[in-house]
Amino acid sequence: MTRTVAVTINGATFEREVEPRLLLSDFIRHEAKLTGTHVGCEHGVCGACTVQLDGTPVRSCLMFAVQASGHSIRTVEAMADGGSETRLHPLQQAFHEEHALQCGFCTPGFLMSLEPLIPALVGASDDEIREAIAGNLCRCTGYQNIVSAVRLAAKRFDAQHGTNGSATGPE
Amino acid sequence: MKPPRFEYDDPTTTEEALDLLAQHGEDAKVLAGGQSLVPLLNFRMARPDRLVDINGIEELSYIRHDNGTLRLGAMTRQAAVESSDTARQLCPLLVDALHWVGHAQIRNRGTVGGSVAHADPAAELPVVFSALGASFHVRSKTGPRTLSPEDFFQTHRTTSLEPSELLTEIEVPVLPAATRTAFVEFARRQGDFALGGAATVVSVDESGACRDVRIALLGAAPTPIRASDAEDAIRGRRLDEDAAREARVLTEAAITPTGDIHGSGDYRRGLIATMVYRSLLQAASNRGEAA
Ligand SMILES: Cc1cc2nc3c(=O)[nH]c(=O)nc-3n(C[C@H](O)[C@H](O)[C@H](O)COP(=O)(O)OP(=O)(O)OC[C@H]3O[C@@H](n4cnc5c(N)ncnc54)[C@H](O)[C@@H]3O)c2cc1C
Ligand code: FES
Ligand code: FES
Repeated sequence: MTRTVAVTINGATFEREVEPRLLLSDFIRHEAKLTGTHVGCEHGVCGACTVQLDGTPVRSCLMFAVQASGHSIRTVEAMADGGSETRLHPLQQAFHEEHALQCGFCTPGFLMSLEPLIPALVGASDDEIREAIAGNLCRCTGYQNIVSAVRLAAKRFDAQHGTNGSATGPE
Repeated sequence: MKPPRFEYDDPTTTEEALDLLAQHGEDAKVLAGGQSLVPLLNFRMARPDRLVDINGIEELSYIRHDNGTLRLGAMTRQAAVESSDTARQLCPLLVDALHWVGHAQIRNRGTVGGSVAHADPAAELPVVFSALGASFHVRSKTGPRTLSPEDFFQTHRTTSLEPSELLTEIEVPVLPAATRTAFVEFARRQGDFALGGAATVVSVDESGACRDVRIALLGAAPTPIRASDAEDAIRGRRLDEDAAREARVLTEAAITPTGDIHGSGDYRRGLIATMVYRSLLQAASNRGEAA
């Protein structure tokens, strides 16, 4: 038994005939050919496969593609401006500057988990930042630089938007 | 690491889901948030012929204040309860405990009913619902049933739900004002399943003496159990350091948790008793939380 699904990923709709058992992570990688979403453990523990479902971070390895039909998925590929590799998203830029990645396998999951949280992490303590990244595992960095990157991204967000989300000035 | 083949239905009403379960019950599994079931499928530790996906049943997702009770639809996401003002006001114990359930990404999908139906001995919500004396509403084509936590939780990951039954609602009595609650647990890392924990509900009269005392233990047995010796010792007394110490000693003598790779039975016994001690002192300092 197969089903027709229509999943919108980063604004483009992918219509496919799939088996219900096809994981959303595999749909994103093998059908939409967006391989930025990584697959580490396939049981919800590592966080590498985290994507945003209608704006909310979820594990794409714990959902079926059929369940995402009619919904909107955002993956790491949507972050850099117009998909360009030169104009990084401010969070990516902060990861880059703070050396918050080594092999980079975990990075898409961290970015997808953190992106919606940055406004709430303005002025957060290191413990709060560590809690925000607790659902993502990194085998390389030792996390220190990831914490620094989050701090930097939150600081820049604050400088641009002000703590209450209200703009403070032209820059 | 890929799920086995299955037939898939996504009903949009409870009635439809009950029809499907009546027809296929033995061979079907309900799919709620999938945060426990999908890992089991991916590991092929579960191989149902059919999944009945209840994510599309909007009528199963709600948080309602109704005549002295808080009603939670089974399909309500854990994250929705965590951020609900109604839930925080009426049942702070539940919201405090939810914070310990996995990670935010897990709670964004995981449901309240799924956690209860999955009945993991290390899960927080079953323990909290036991401490609160919640009722579990269950439906099937043959009619509804309402079960207490004691009747619902049978053993490790086993409940008294029949294959044709759907858990539809968890009903939590709203505690009287001046009831104090606390949830504490110990896990090695943020988001890990707990090695032990305790949920405490204590009502205190004008003289400062404890009246109703309910302490439910996490990780002490294959299902949530109450620390009844400790409860008896505290009832009628002031909730102070001495009382909390005695509760710890009594709990340590009463339980025999099993050990595993994460900690021996002896270690867990001491740990859980300490959680009882801490939860009592924390409850003592949490004044009149309920509405
Ligand atoms: C990395 C990770 C960490 C986690 N950490 C924790 C933790 O610390 N504490 C904790 O408590 N949980 C934890 N969980 C589990 C999580 O809370 C699950 O969401 C929960 O156990 C199951 O809820 P669900 O909605 O995802 O149910 P599902 O996975 O969809 O279903 C679980 C079981 O319940 C049955 N079921 C579900 N809903 C119903 C219903 N309405 N009627 C009848 N049967 C039903 C299903 O058939 C299945 O057998 C973790 C999960 C992951 C992946
Ligand atoms: S691959 Fe999904 S959480 Fe590890
Ligand atoms: S950078 Fe290698 S796993 Fe995180």
